[in-house]
Amino acid sequence: MALRTEPFVLNIGPQHPSSHGLFRLEVTLDGEVVTGLELVLGYLHRGIEKLAEGRTYIQNIPLTDRLDYLASMTNNFAYVLAVEKLAGIEVPERTEYLRVIMAELMRISSHLSFIGFLLNELGAYFTPLFYMFREREKILDLFEMVCGQRLTYNYMRIGGVSQDIPEEFLPAVKRFVAEMPRLVDEYEQLLSGNEILLARTKGVGILPRDKAINASASGPVLRASGVKWDIRKVDPYSVYDRFDFEVPVGSVGDVYDRYWVRVSEMRQSVRILEQALKQLPKGEVWTKVPGLLRPLRGEVYGHIEGPKGELGFYLVSDNSIAPYRFHIRPPALLNLTALKDMVVGWKLADAIVIFGSLDTVLGEVDR
Amino acid sequence: MRFERYGIGIIKGLMVTMKNFLRPPITLQYPEEKLITSRRIRGNELVWQVSKCTGCATCAKSCPQGNIEIVTHLGTENNYVVDKLQVDTGKCMFCGLCVESCPYEALFMGRSYERATYRRRELVLSKEALELSEDRQPSGYFYPRIEVLLPRQTLLLYWDREDGQKLCWFPWRKKANRGRR
Amino acid sequence: MTLIGQFRDWLINFMPEWAAYIVAFLVGVVAIIAFVLVMIIVFIYLERRLIGRFQVRLGPNRCGPEGIFQLIADSIKLLTKEDIVPAKGDFWVHFLAPIVTFAPALMVFAVVPFHKGVVLTDLDVGILYVVAISSISVVGIYMAGWGSNNKYSLIAALRAVAQAISYELPVVMAAVGVILIAGSLSLSKIVEAQTIPFFLLQPLGFFIFLLGSMAEINRSPFDLLEAESEIVTGYNMEYSGMKFGLLYLSEYGHTLAASCIITTLFLGGWQGPLLPPFLWFLIKVLLVFFVFLWVRSTVPRLRVDQLMAFAWKCLLPMALINLLLIGAQVLWFPKALPWGMMVVNFAVAGILILLWSRLFALGGGRVEV
Repeated sequence: MALRTEPFVLNIGPQHPSSHGLFRLEVTLDGEVVTGLELVLGYLHRGIEKLAEGRTYIQNIPLTDRLDYLASMTNNFAYVLAVEKLAGIEVPERTEYLRVIMAELMRISSHLSFIGFLLNELGAYFTPLFYMFREREKILDLFEMVCGQRLTYNYMRIGGVSQDIPEEFLPAVKRFVAEMPRLVDEYEQLLSGNEILLARTKGVGILPRDKAINASASGPVLRASGVKWDIRKVDPYSVYDRFDFEVPVGSVGDVYDRYWVRVSEMRQSVRILEQALKQLPKGEVWTKVPGLLRPLRGEVYGHIEGPKGELGFYLVSDNSIAPYRFHIRPPALLNLTALKDMVVGWKLADAIVIFGSLDTVLGEVDR
Repeated sequence: MRFERYGIGIIKGLMVTMKNFLRPPITLQYPEEKLITSRRIRGNELVWQVSKCTGCATCAKSCPQGNIEIVTHLGTENNYVVDKLQVDTGKCMFCGLCVESCPYEALFMGRSYERATYRRRELVLSKEALELSEDRQPSGYFYPRIEVLLPRQTLLLYWDREDGQKLCWFPWRKKANRGRR
Repeated sequence: MTLIGQFRDWLINFMPEWAAYIVAFLVGVVAIIAFVLVMIIVFIYLERRLIGRFQVRLGPNRCGPEGIFQLIADSIKLLTKEDIVPAKGDFWVHFLAPIVTFAPALMVFAVVPFHKGVVLTDLDVGILYVVAISSISVVGIYMAGWGSNNKYSLIAALRAVAQAISYELPVVMAAVGVILIAGSLSLSKIVEAQTIPFFLLQPLGFFIFLLGSMAEINRSPFDLLEAESEIVTGYNMEYSGMKFGLLYLSEYGHTLAASCIITTLFLGGWQGPLLPPFLWFLIKVLLVFFVFLWVRSTVPRLRVDQLMAFAWKCLLPMALINLLLIGAQVLWFPKALPWGMMVVNFAVAGILILLWSRLFALGGGRVEV
């Protein structure tokens, strides 16, 4: 006689330690095995796209801070680049370098918090998280020095940055750049060779190359699947074409590759920082841009390689002081669409880890 | 793929945690020990210099939240007198755009970061509460001339390395040496 | 003659024999419970502080000097909290679970020798008693998971049962190796037999016993049933107030019990030079606990199928080989004890760990659905 069974539906979230914000995974379980998965989004919807239509171009910069709150600086960067493209504004060279320095610091910081949270989801009792946050704290200190805030920087401006860097900034960044490779080595010693971490991540949650492309995944998730696609290389913006760096590419597309790609990217970011600090020119940091900017009628899509993937802003101007349409291409949302393919068939514990390996920030997904 | 490391990875990891175990802690005891914040800190308040303000309301226009309320009337000497200037810091997101837009250098970011209150209405700062005074000093945000006067920020980067800020592991020596202020 | 026995004989001078029995045992039981509770408090305090140090922070240090009253503040909080039973939970199961979990942790200490002769009852089948009693607590954990009527708790409960059953076997097999060398099931006799601590004589057994104990007491990396990132502390999710406190205490009680048993079986119990024996015992217990802490603060968690595989494919065969080896050595080469045995066993342990590591493949675990 066969036992009568029924599906065991488990709601992971919206309040769950591993939900990275407000998010619900409706998981159907057979024992421990995930047989079905449904994403429930929208708990953190703030209507940023609509809000932005009622504000001037410069007033929208603080709004972009609230998208991916672990990488505000790159959000600013992407938006500002899009507006400059729309209005045809040239930026001083020093500003370009400052923006690159900030973006790369932000990338390191974002990847650090990714590794910390991933390890927490794997079950390491907060220790890697604290180590990563110690390094992240150093970066946040630097940002605080430059722009006075630690989370919502609001540093980039259309046509420049809000202020030049203070004089104690450069020695501090140089010190950070000098000691970061050693610290990455230390964390690799702690994590990358750990057998339990390998057993939990190698071969888990594979996203094949073609599926990654079809799902329009971007950033480290796409590169882990073996696609060499980095907007800094394929469509260089700002001054990225002047730097010599590599794009780390994974082979399998499992959780370990996503972890490894990010660790390698931290090393490459340090390389970019070294070069940028060496080449940093002197000069102005701001071109004269009217406070109430009225770009000509037109539309533009500006994108950068954010820490989480391709972050794009699509702006339509109707020659008024506010954008007619303000659309965000959030990398995390599009990476999330591939989640179901990766998770089904794995255990409950893996589902959490695979979700964590996408490095989702819900502020960006729900906007 | 084989599992060929024989537990060496875990032992290496244990060594790393032990190394960190012997390092001094990096946290500090907040109310007793405080960091020196950035010279450019955008603190939880705004500082308003009455004498320089012309009541032009550029700050109100630049505010993304529409949060600054300013009412003026025509004064006797061909000027505007500010009747009401009100900022709800509960709504404010401290983006600093008002400070940057002020053409007469009359508005500054404050340096305070300890402005928790029990009532939301206490967060609404009126004209008197915004004025520059002894204990409400402006921060150097957007004003380099103020910035150079302020103390240097303490950085975690230089922790344990400069200015004799040595941390120690043992708690009984902590009181003497810890703390960055 | 144990200390309790001497006390009883002395009491007989003042009171009838039956009363002397009862009084002596009551005193012993109270002393043991006091020891256990004090040690649990020390453990919780140490865990918080030392994990803080591992994570380059301070840990609780506000209540009293260096935070030593933190646990007292916590218990006051727990005692004054509302005791909530889930509306559709099974009240009696939910009510009894903390007791069923906590009682075995206390009962184990009846046979643990703290000093020569300082033991509540020197059972001849001490180790059997320990194994039998300590595995009861999993029933309590299952009851807690079931009675809560919560899906996360239920998953945790089922994981707990699977884990406890799997790891019981290698642990017992490793303990049998000790019994073979010591020639007795009594814990006092095992301690006395250890002129050289047994972890030197049978490193593989020690390794298996340590890992197995970690799994039995649900310490990281085997803390699947309270996996915070997956099932949100699992079985004790629906508990509040002192019921939760009891579950929390029992967790540390089992840790203490496991530390004591490992000390007794493999580290030579109270034996040691210079320092008084009781102090040696405490030092060794704290050392074992420190290893638990150290591992907890370093490694991630295993997955449930990897956990089972580790028990059945790795620990159990190795424990059997270890048992065979020890048996052969005790039977045929009793003269070679202990130095030759030590060398041979270390070599065998190394070879076995290398061989078994090669057998494990990464990347499995997907189920087609």
